[in-house]
Amino acid sequence: MSFGKSDFILLLMTLVPLTVLAQSPVYNLGRSPTADDSRAMGSFVDLSGKDLPPGRGTAIEGAKIFAQKCAACHGLDAEGTRAGPRLVGGKGTIGTADPVRTIGSFWPFSTPIWNTINRSMPAGQAGSLKPDEVYALTAFILYRNDLIKEGDVIDAKTLPKVQMPNRDGFTPARLEDINRMRCRVGTCP
Amino acid sequence: MDNRPTGRRRFLKNGVALARFGLAGLAIGGARSARGQTNGSETAAASPKDLRAYGERSRFETSARTYVSGEPNTYAPIQDYDGIITPSSLHYVFTRGITPMDIDPREHRLLIHGMVDRPLIFTMDDLKRFPAVSRIHFIECVANTAPTRGRANYETVQERFGKSSCSEWTGVPLSTVLKECGVKKGASWLLAESADKIRHSMSITMEKAMDDALLAYGQNGEAVRPDQGYPLRLLVPGWEGVRNVKWLSRIQVGDTPFMTHIEIGTNASLRKDGKARWFNLEMGPKSVITRPSGGQRLLDKGFHEITGLAWSGGGAIRKVEVSTDGGRTWNDAQLQEPVLRIAHTRFRFPWKWNGEEAVLQSRCTDERGIVQPSLVEFANIWGVKPDYFRTTTNSVIHFNPIQPWKVTREGSVKNVIWEV
Repeated sequence: MSFGKSDFILLLMTLVPLTVLAQSPVYNLGRSPTADDSRAMGSFVDLSGKDLPPGRGTAIEGAKIFAQKCAACHGLDAEGTRAGPRLVGGKGTIGTADPVRTIGSFWPFSTPIWNTINRSMPAGQAGSLKPDEVYALTAFILYRNDLIKEGDVIDAKTLPKVQMPNRDGFTPARLEDINRMRCRVGTCP
Repeated sequence: MDNRPTGRRRFLKNGVALARFGLAGLAIGGARSARGQTNGSETAAASPKDLRAYGERSRFETSARTYVSGEPNTYAPIQDYDGIITPSSLHYVFTRGITPMDIDPREHRLLIHGMVDRPLIFTMDDLKRFPAVSRIHFIECVANTAPTRGRANYETVQERFGKSSCSEWTGVPLSTVLKECGVKKGASWLLAESADKIRHSMSITMEKAMDDALLAYGQNGEAVRPDQGYPLRLLVPGWEGVRNVKWLSRIQVGDTPFMTHIEIGTNASLRKDGKARWFNLEMGPKSVITRPSGGQRLLDKGFHEITGLAWSGGGAIRKVEVSTDGGRTWNDAQLQEPVLRIAHTRFRFPWKWNGEEAVLQSRCTDERGIVQPSLVEFANIWGVKPDYFRTTTNSVIHFNPIQPWKVTREGSVKNVIWEV
C-alpha cells in the first residue's frame, strides 16, 4: 500500500485541527499574569498544605496580634460579637439540639483556618497579614480550642498534621464522593 | 471527484473567516488598549436625576425591599412581583454583612489560575468580547424560609420567602473562558472568589462550571446592579445563592473542594445524629402563594385569584397544586408561560371566598418528579419532630416545606406553618 501526497494532506488536515486547536485558545482574549499579578492576587492552599509558604508562629505571638487586629469583631476571648463569629468552644455540643459550631468543635480540617485568615482577614484589610502573623494567629485559635500547646510552633509542616476532633462528622465522608452526589436537594436524606 | 467543497476550499473559507475575525479583534483591541475606553458609543453625560434619560416608577408605587436589622441585607417584596421577572431594584440582597462594592469596571480584573495550561487575566472589555448568552434564572439564598431566622417578625411572605429573585442574566459561559485557559486533566473543582472586603469564596464543581455556569455582567437588560455584584458575578443556576459569587475577581482551579469556612461551617446541614451533610449544592423545589399571603387582608367575599411562584434548582416546574381547605383536597393550578428551567414559574388559581375560615397552600413538582414536602415529611427526612425547627438554635437551611396561610373570618391572613 502506498502513501500518496493526497493521503498525507488528508492526514494533516484531520490531525492538525484535533491536536492543535483542542489545546489552543480560540479567542485569544486576556493576558498572562505576571509574577507580581499572581502574588498580588494570592491563592488558596489545598488540604494537604503542600503550597503553604515559609514562616512560623506560636499561640503566644498570636495572642498579641489577635488582641490588636481581631478582637474588635471576634471579642478579646474569641467568643464572638455581633460583628464576628465565635471561634472557640462548643466542645461536645455538635450532636445536641443546640449545637455550637466553632473551628474547634466543628471544622474537619486545619488548613482552612490558614486560608480564611490569610485570604479574608482582617475584614476590610484582607491580604495584609504576613505569613508569620497568619501562622501565629492560626496557632492561637488552635491553642484556644485545646488542640495544641501554647508554645507549639505552627508552620507548613505542622499545620496539616493537626488532628481536628470533628474530622469524621461529615457526610459523605470521602471527598471524591461529594461531586458524585446526584441527590443534592435540601429534601434528600 | 464529487461535488462537495474540497478540503482546500474549506480551508480557505475558514482562513478568510479567521482573518476577518483577527482584523475585527485588532480594531476593537485598539480601542481596548486605550485605558478607560469602551466599545460602546460615546453618549452625553446625563444627570442621574434626569428622568427622561433614565426613568423612574410612578410616585404612587411604594413596593420596596425591607431591611434585615443592622445589616445591608434586604428581603424582596415577593408578594408584589408580577410575572416571573424581579425588577433589578427589588432583587433581594444577602451578603453576610458585606457592604456592596463600588467598583470601577475599567479597573476590574478576573484572574483564572491553578490547574490550567494558561493562567489568564481578563478585563471587563475582554469578557464582553466573548460570545454571550442571556438566560432567565432565579437565585435563592440557602437561608430563604429558614425557620430559625428572625422569628420575631416572621408573618409575611416577604420575611419568609423574600430571599429568592429571578432575573434575565447576560454574560459569557464560564466553560468558554475555562477552555480558553485550558483546564488540566484531573481538575474537578474550582474556587470562585470575590473582591469584597472579606474575599467571599465558594467551591463549585468543574462539571457544573462546564455545564451552565455564567460569568454575568448583565441583569434584566442593563448592567448587573452594584448590590448584585457589579461589574461581574458568577451565576451557578439552581445552586445555593451563596455560590453565585458577586464582584467576582478570581477563579482557582483544583482537584478537591476548597473547603471555605462557609462550606465546613454554617452551611453544612447538621442533623441530630451529629453528622453534617455538607455541599448541599442545589436548591430543592419550593412554591408559595404570594397573594393572598401573611399580613394581607381580603376586603370582600367573592372572587379572588390565588397566585404565587414555584421554582426548583433541579430544572423546570411540571406541576403546582393548590389546596384551599388545609390540605384535604388539591387541584392543579394553571402554570403561566413561559415555564423555564431553573426559573420562577408563575401559577394562578381561581377561588371564591365564602367568608369562612380557609387555609390556603401550594405544593410543586419539578421535572424530575421531586415533590415539595409537607412539614411532617421534611421533619421525617431530618429524623426530628416538626417542633424541632421552631425551637432549635441549629442553623437550618434548605428548608422547603409547604407554606400554609390561614384566612380568618375577618379576612386577615396569617402564617400557620406551625399549626398544621
